[in-house]
Order: sequence, then structure tokens, then C-alpha cells
Amino acid sequence: MNLNAEGLSKQYPRKTGTANYFYAVNPLDLAVRSGEVAVLTGRSGSGKTTLLNMLAGLLRPSEGTVRLDGVDLYALSDNDLSRLRSEKTGVVPQGGSVIDTLTVLENILLPAQLYGRALPVDAAQQWLERLGLAPLRDVRAAGLSGGERRRVAIARALAQDPVLIFADEPTGDLDDENTRLVLSAFRACAHENGQAVFIVTHESDALQYADRVYRMESGQLSEA
Amino acid sequence: MKRFSLSVRSLLRKPGRTAALALLTAFLALAVFGGSVVVLSLRNGLNSLEARLGADIILVPSEAQSKVSFQNMFLQGTTGAFYMDASVLDKALEVNGVEKAAPQTFLASLKADCCSVKIQVIGIDPETDFTVQPWISRSLARELGNMDVAVGCKVEAGVGEIIRIYDQRCKVVAQLESTGTGLDTAVYCSMDTMNALLKAAEDKGVSHKIESGDQVISAVYVKVRDGYSIDTVNSQLTGRLRKVTAVRTRSMLTGVSDSLAGISRTVTALIVAVWALALVILLLAYALIIRERNREFAVLRLIGASRRMLSGMVLTESALCGLLGGLAGTGLAALALFPFAQLIESALNLPYLMPDAGTALLLAAGTVLLTVMVAALSSMAAACRLSRVDPGTALREGT
Repeated sequence: MNLNAEGLSKQYPRKTGTANYFYAVNPLDLAVRSGEVAVLTGRSGSGKTTLLNMLAGLLRPSEGTVRLDGVDLYALSDNDLSRLRSEKTGVVPQGGSVIDTLTVLENILLPAQLYGRALPVDAAQQWLERLGLAPLRDVRAAGLSGGERRRVAIARALAQDPVLIFADEPTGDLDDENTRLVLSAFRACAHENGQAVFIVTHESDALQYADRVYRMESGQLSEA
Repeated sequence: MKRFSLSVRSLLRKPGRTAALALLTAFLALAVFGGSVVVLSLRNGLNSLEARLGADIILVPSEAQSKVSFQNMFLQGTTGAFYMDASVLDKALEVNGVEKAAPQTFLASLKADCCSVKIQVIGIDPETDFTVQPWISRSLARELGNMDVAVGCKVEAGVGEIIRIYDQRCKVVAQLESTGTGLDTAVYCSMDTMNALLKAAEDKGVSHKIESGDQVISAVYVKVRDGYSIDTVNSQLTGRLRKVTAVRTRSMLTGVSDSLAGISRTVTALIVAVWALALVILLLAYALIIRERNREFAVLRLIGASRRMLSGMVLTESALCGLLGGLAGTGLAALALFPFAQLIESALNLPYLMPDAGTALLLAAGTVLLTVMVAALSSMAAACRLSRVDPGTALREGT
């Protein structure tokens, strides 16, 4: 699996309706490799989440391309890009990202169900246990704490067995023990399963799990 | 769990919101179904009255119009009687352009010891009658015999029962279908029976005698031959027949028709107003709801839901709300209208004939379908707006 970003940038208007734009992400080249944990750090508002979203096929860049195994993500139709997201990527966004009306297990199985794929029930069960969520399997997500919801989102991303895992501040709501649990799980995905993991965080704990560290400052990317 | 059940769960999660949306669409359904049934019933009533009158011109004694309102007699079943010589029938048949002419004789029974009920009795000649006889034939395979009567659907007497009219025992041999008019409160008999009843009434002191003879009739129903002008035939009849007034049935129905048009306009205006208001509220409601659920939809997008899937889910939810509201509103309107048809008829003071079950069901199905479509369409704008935004942007905005 190769994910390559070339000349990738994102501009936003300073004021709506004017031509006065600023770069949230300056033009950059980046390769995300299988079997590696890449960690992107930087201050709040430096453009980390914007870059992650563009790489994950969630945010159309202003310039440049993102190619997954040679396929330009943003040249795909919405249907094809959505299917690709569902099949090849697992995303853990910032903040809560579970559907409150569903149970924990249903949340984890939802991406596969949207496309009628075989349900990864065993994988779901395995990740539930690994992330300490097994007792909550049939609990409605609306009743979960912030940390539990975050771990459900992580389990959902990992249970689909994606080739690319994107996580935006995945340990923000977690205590030290769960932080270690989650970061170990990401490292195992990369090192044992050969998946590519791209983590955005400003927590220094994550750095010890990283194979490659990037730093973002005012939209400018550099490798540490 | 399919996408459909995701929509259902989303509706169940917020029962208050779902109920409010369903209630709004219920108002739409109530207005459309209720209004349509009322207008349709009025039209049915008018059509039925036209069909029952069946004639282009009605000849009545000139004195009749001062005695009784013709319109009230037919629309509200007001009793009344007036007579003229039976020879008017033959003279009318001689007029050029008259295709058919049939006599009818009226007798108002008394609400007294002599009679079971106060009703309008109408004598017809089954051989020549072309207005009432076809209607009677639908309920009675043979002609009316001596002292047999056919009763309108609102006369409280069943087939086989005996009713007394001026102490004469008359056997009910048929109960007629509803016309939604005053004709439903009348009793129909042959001319022979009528003559016997007239005599009995006279014996009771109710005089019907006229100067010119014993054979009396109350009205002659005239059908004008195709190709002839009704106005011309009307003038000829008026010129030829002394002390007889020729009434054009259309002019008699003009008042009814005008009232019906007025009510139709009012009902239509009400329906349009309710729809306009409800549509604006629905559009705003869906815009707010979608905004509130921005985060949820963004999450669905990031796990792989396409724009089409998302729009489909929103449309399914709104259509389900529409279905719920449509069924409730239509059901409520049916409950309010069908059992109280007679009350509505009395209040409107117009011919009112409810649609048959098939038409009502079709109308109800159409109303529910329309409500579902409108509910789905009103969420469409919000769904489109939602799907235009990148999931990444939606996630940021929905945080």
C-alpha cells in the first residue's frame, strides 16, 4: 500500500466572499507507508487535522493530489471515494464519533453494513476485549462516557481491518492506562499486520510509539 | 441492521421531534382529505340531484311558487303540495321539441294520528317516468303495486314494514339508495296508490280539489329532444299552457351550484393556506434538524456513507414521518366526517352525498402518498445542502 501526497495544500478564505486566502496547509509532499506508525505533532491550529482529513479522503485539497496505490482519491466520484473510505481506511476523528442510537457492537459493524459486506463480528469482539469494552458490547452508545466513546471509535476503525488508519488525537479523552493500550494497539496494527498508521496528536507520549515523526507549524510540514 | 432501520432508530430516539413532524404532516393530510371529502360530497350531492331531477324543464301550477320553495322541496325535503289538471301532460307532449314528459303528484302527510311520519309522498307513473323510476328500479325489480311504497334512505321504515298515510296502510317494498338530497326523505308510490291517498286525505279534511277536474297532478317533468333549444321549448310551453309555470331545472340548481362553488373556493383556500404554512414550517424544521445532526451525518460520511446514502437516510426518515402523519391525519378526518355526514349536511344546507368506500379509500391513499412526498421533498433541500459539504468540514463544524 502506498499513499502519496504531492503538492498537497489547503487554503481558506480569511473573510467569506473576498479573495483573501491563507494557507492552512502549505504545499507539501508526503508518503504514508505500510508497517509504519507516523505521528504528526504540532500546536493547535497548525493544520494537523486539515492534513489528516485531506489524506483520509475527507477534505478536498485546494491544490495537489492524494494517491492511494496510484488512484487519485479526489478524481473519484463521491460514490467510489466513499466506498474506498469504507473499505480501505479507518478514521478516528477528533471528538465523539459514535452513533448514539446504536449499541457499541452495532457501531463497530456499521461501516461493513453500509455496503453489505460480511460483518467483522470476530474482529469486533477481539477489539472490544483488547480495548476493555467487552462488557459494554450491547450497551447503547448514548450512555457511554467520553473515553468509552473514543475507544469505540477506535475499535470501529480497527475492526474493519483497513490498510490505512488515521487517528486524530485518539488519546485525548483517555487515562494513562488506556492511552498505552490504544497506542500499543496502533503499533501492533502497523508492525504485526503491516497496516499504515497516521496519528495526529500533541501528546508527547505518542512519540515513543512512532516510527516516523512529523511536525506541523503554521501549515508547514517538517520531518523530525 | 439495514440503512432503513438506522432511519427508524433515529426517529425513535427523538420521539418528541418525530411526533411534532408527524403532527405537522397530519394537519396537511387532515386539510387535504377532509377538504376533498367535503367538496366531493357536495359535488356528488349536486350531481345526484341533477340526475334525480333528470328533466330539463318542470311544469308546475303558477300558484306553486307562492306556496312552496321548489328548491327547498328538493334540497331539504320540505313537504308541500300543489295541483293542476292532468291534461297539462298531454298538452305538453304536443309541443314541438318535447321528447318525454312524465307526471308526478305530491302529497304532504301530516305529523298526526293518521300518519306514521310527516313525509312528502310522490306519485309517479312507472311507465312514463324517467326521473325517479330508474332509481327505484335499482332497488326494486318489479313495478310498484297498489298500496306499495318505496321509501328514501332517510325514511325510518324497513322493507316489509307497514306505514300509515292518512290511515291507509302502505307496504314498504323497497328502500332507495342515498341521493344526498331531500328526495331521500320522500316516499314514492304509483299513481293509483296516490289517488287512493288523495281521497283518504280529502276524507280527513285535507282538500286537494281544483276547478278543472278530479284527475290531478302536481308537476310534469319534461325532457327536451336533442337539437332543440331548452329556452325555446320553455317559451312554447309557457305560451301554450295557461296557469302553468315552466321552471328550468338548471336555474333551480344555480343557487345550489353557486353555494357549492363558494364553499369549494373557501375549502380550497383553507387547504392552500394550511399547506403553505405547514410547508414553510417543515422546511425550517428539517433545516434545523439536519443542522443539529451535522456531527452524526459527518461521522456516517467518514465511515464510508456516500452523499446518496445520506440523502436516502434523510428522505427515508422524513417520508416515514410523512407516512405516520398522513395516516393519522387521514384517519382523524375520516373519523370526523363519515359518522357525522348528516350533521354536516344539515349545517351546510346543501345536497351532500359522501363518496363511496372505494373512492374514499382511493382519496385517502392519494392523500397519504401526497403527504409522504411533501414531507420527503421538504427535507430534500436540507439533505442536498448537507451532502454538498466535505465530511472533514462537516466534522469540524459539527464539533
